[in-house]
Amino acid sequence: MNTNKTYSVLKTKNLSIGYLSKKEEIVIASNINFELFPGELIGLVGANGIGKSTLLRTLTQLQNPLKGSISIDGKPLESYTNQVLATRLSLVLTDKSLSKNLTVFELVSLGRQPYTNWIGTLTDKDISIVNKALEQTQAIDLATKKCFELSDGQLQKVLIARALAQDTPLIILDEPTTHLDMYHKAYILKLLQNIAKTANKTILFSSHEINLTIQLCDKMLVMTTNNSFYNTPCNLIKQDVFSTLFPKNIVEFDVNTGSFIVKK
Amino acid sequence: MLIIVLVLCFVLNLSLGSVSIPFSELASSLLGNSENENWMYIIQNYRLPKAITAILVGSGLGISGLLMQTLFKNPLAGPYVLGITSGASLGVAILILGSSLFGGFLATILASNWSLVIASSLGSFLVLLTVLLVANKVKDTMTLLIIGLMFGSLTSAIVSVLSYFSPADQLQQYIFWGFGSLGDLSWEKIRIFAIIYAIGLTLSITALKALNSLLLGDQYAKSLGLNLEKNRFVIIIAASLLAGSITAFAGPIAFIGLAVPHLTRQLFKTSSHSILLPAVMLFGAILMLICDSIAQVPTSNYSLPINAITSLIGAPVVIWLLVRKRQMSF
Repeated sequence: MNTNKTYSVLKTKNLSIGYLSKKEEIVIASNINFELFPGELIGLVGANGIGKSTLLRTLTQLQNPLKGSISIDGKPLESYTNQVLATRLSLVLTDKSLSKNLTVFELVSLGRQPYTNWIGTLTDKDISIVNKALEQTQAIDLATKKCFELSDGQLQKVLIARALAQDTPLIILDEPTTHLDMYHKAYILKLLQNIAKTANKTILFSSHEINLTIQLCDKMLVMTTNNSFYNTPCNLIKQDVFSTLFPKNIVEFDVNTGSFIVKK
Repeated sequence: MLIIVLVLCFVLNLSLGSVSIPFSELASSLLGNSENENWMYIIQNYRLPKAITAILVGSGLGISGLLMQTLFKNPLAGPYVLGITSGASLGVAILILGSSLFGGFLATILASNWSLVIASSLGSFLVLLTVLLVANKVKDTMTLLIIGLMFGSLTSAIVSVLSYFSPADQLQQYIFWGFGSLGDLSWEKIRIFAIIYAIGLTLSITALKALNSLLLGDQYAKSLGLNLEKNRFVIIIAASLLAGSITAFAGPIAFIGLAVPHLTRQLFKTSSHSILLPAVMLFGAILMLICDSIAQVPTSNYSLPINAITSLIGAPVVIWLLVRKRQMSF
């Protein structure tokens, strides 16, 4: 499917996001247009409070769009029921309220829930998919550990394995690199890049690691106060989008190295 | 393994009581072909119903605690904490203590044994209905838990006011109910109890898969295709049916609902509800039978209030868990 670029996994058109409070609409970002294809790794960047989380929440049906349309596999998002959407889209969240008493295998196998029977029995096929997901994320040796025994980086790997076990064409991650050290930030993003290529998944993640994202992503969605830009990192650098991302008093985007540096 | 222990405890519980009945006579008394009619009567109409009640109460409270801990993602949740038990207490308090205030005609209606059960169930159901309504408004489970605690304080305050104006004998009646009791249930009551219990249990089983996905948190559960509102409703109804009927028939039994799920998790080292649910049932039943056997004070004529025993065992267990693991997980 990698060659068939017309197959659109996720597409938004003139999307406006925000909240509906009492009677007035609070628009956080508007006019968001992008289209994601199989096998792509897409980074979503932007300053704090610009609406990255709101966008991800809107894309995952956790809140409604104010205007515009979202379509998944060519069908409008609102036509999906919870159960069907669970087979198209899986999530990795920053929410750490999950039970730490679960073993890694139990946690990853919960990703099979959309496919299991009413009581949730795992078939042999389910178990082999869970093991494959653990292998893809290099977490197979963690399988019998409890979640409270894991480091932040290990837990992130396991959560990604859970999303893989859900076996959806699209995986959305909310800030998968927070709380990780420099090495593990790069490690997790490299892992995502590898999964996107080898498993032909579409992976959309939000991140504050702009330097890493520029180096690793196929496409980037950059959100600024008035506009959002969607393109390859190289084109975005040419368009000088990154220098409009933050106020210019402290950090500055260096076009030659493609990274942000602190002003002396 | 646990089933064998359960059977042993069941037999042990039957053999203990203020009248000592030889072990060999136990089986024949149960089957109804014993020569000693007194023993037969005691076993069949007193000890057997009591042991069955203990099993229903223990397993029911365990399940209800397990459901709440998963639903509220809080290791300290239980029928006691959510205000369900206090709702039931309020119902009973209004009935027993209020009967003197209302007096006359109302008092005769209120005096019957049946009204106690109805009042208690109604009380717990009303509190749960309110908690449910609030649950639909505030999506935050922590807030919900605090609201449950507030309901507990509110009801105990009303009970205090009521008891201040009540005559001594009614107060004593209420306090005795508060001790909790597994005995005094006729076969007819046990039948009704068992029916409500079965409904609660069936609902819990249908919610097994939902409970497992709730371990990941609400958002993940939803992303796995779970109908959050519907399943939350089913789980709350199941928990309230179990806890409400138990409180009505046996009084407020402390700590079992909280401690049993934790002990079971320690034993089985899993969070999967397909294993935990039956394990909690067995374990709760065993613990309740043991508590009741202790309450009989073997070889003596006394029997202690069951609620005191469960607290004496339950509270140290919870403290031990807290100290040992520092952080309890659900």
